[in-house]
Amino acid sequence: MENQLFNYIIQHADNCLILSHRLSEWCGHGPVLEQDIAMTNISLDLLGQARMLYDYAAKVQGEGKTEDDLAYLRDAWDFKNVQLVEMPNGDFGQTIMRQFLFDTFNVTFYRELMEVSNDAELIAIADKSLKEAQYHLKWSSEWMLRLGQGTEESHTRLQNAANLLMPYANEVVIPSEADKVAAETGYGVDLNNVKAERDQLIKEVITECELDASLDGFSHTGGKTGTHTEHLGYVLAEMQFLQRAYPGLEW
Amino acid sequence: MEFNKLEIENLLEQVTDPEIPVISIRDLGILRDVKVDNNQVEVDITPTYTGCPAMSVIKQDISQVLNDAGVENVAVNLVIKPAWTTDWMTEDGKRKLREYGIAPPDPSSKVVPCPRCGSEHTELVSLFGSTACKSLYKCLDCKEPFDHFKCH
Repeated sequence: MENQLFNYIIQHADNCLILSHRLSEWCGHGPVLEQDIAMTNISLDLLGQARMLYDYAAKVQGEGKTEDDLAYLRDAWDFKNVQLVEMPNGDFGQTIMRQFLFDTFNVTFYRELMEVSNDAELIAIADKSLKEAQYHLKWSSEWMLRLGQGTEESHTRLQNAANLLMPYANEVVIPSEADKVAAETGYGVDLNNVKAERDQLIKEVITECELDASLDGFSHTGGKTGTHTEHLGYVLAEMQFLQRAYPGLEW
Repeated sequence: MEFNKLEIENLLEQVTDPEIPVISIRDLGILRDVKVDNNQVEVDITPTYTGCPAMSVIKQDISQVLNDAGVENVAVNLVIKPAWTTDWMTEDGKRKLREYGIAPPDPSSKVVPCPRCGSEHTELVSLFGSTACKSLYKCLDCKEPFDHFKCH
């Protein structure tokens, strides 16, 4: 039988790790130094969240694996992150849109998890991560407004980002088998509750930015069951190279 | 050699945050517990931010300081619950931060006074600074940029 608690933890661990990697790609390439630092700081926080989750997932799995094994030695079809987080950085507007769509979920997910979960470890991880996620959301919301209400050029670019990414926004709140079992068993959240709160956060900012974007359209799915866009393979090829080429290598 | 809890805690005063070397782990509020059983010492620490890269160095430094003092068996545990908050920072720690040029966290105040000239005429430059725990400000009077240890 599948270990659904493991799958549940892995889904979010993979979300955090893959987005962390994407943000790290901005290191040295940010539009201005302060925002280069902001993106790498958020990357670091998400890596920290991923590590706590992988560490717990490894314990739950009970095969003697470590957080590193889970991050570096699984292939694309084993990754259960949503497709949103593997989407390329694009321009700064595209990165901001992707970050905002993720942060709104991350905040509402951790908040709900802290309140309803019956799993002490998950509550502790959510409690520890929530303040970080809220700070990320403050940053990405401010940039949404700045770009959306900025120049014609910045608005156009943010609109282009919305056109590309809105079809990836809902996968994270569409329940997988692991999500359903988690909610029924009580260690996980009811994604309907998260969605209601998250949608509100998104809609407010989308309206203020005067963007033509809706959460009611077509939605890509598949990430949570290991079906990914072509982009994930390239992310893993770079991220996992060292452990694949030199198995067991340590600093 | 045998040590009691207080002696171990005093030894650990030497362990500082590698990125802010003026402040000890006790001042920072990340030293959560010390348990002493004969010559076996257990130290609990908690991360400030989840991805803080200083944690592994701090872990090594704790073992090093205690080993050098003659404590042979040292275990350092990383605990995440309850989650760290800047409320746990000592007043002494805040003073040391200010003297070092970093504005300490103060949840009761909206303004962040300049640690150099004391002016309250300052503004936020960036939500994120040189490390996960800091944001970047500048003083509009003395014109110096400075780090602010974020309220968390």
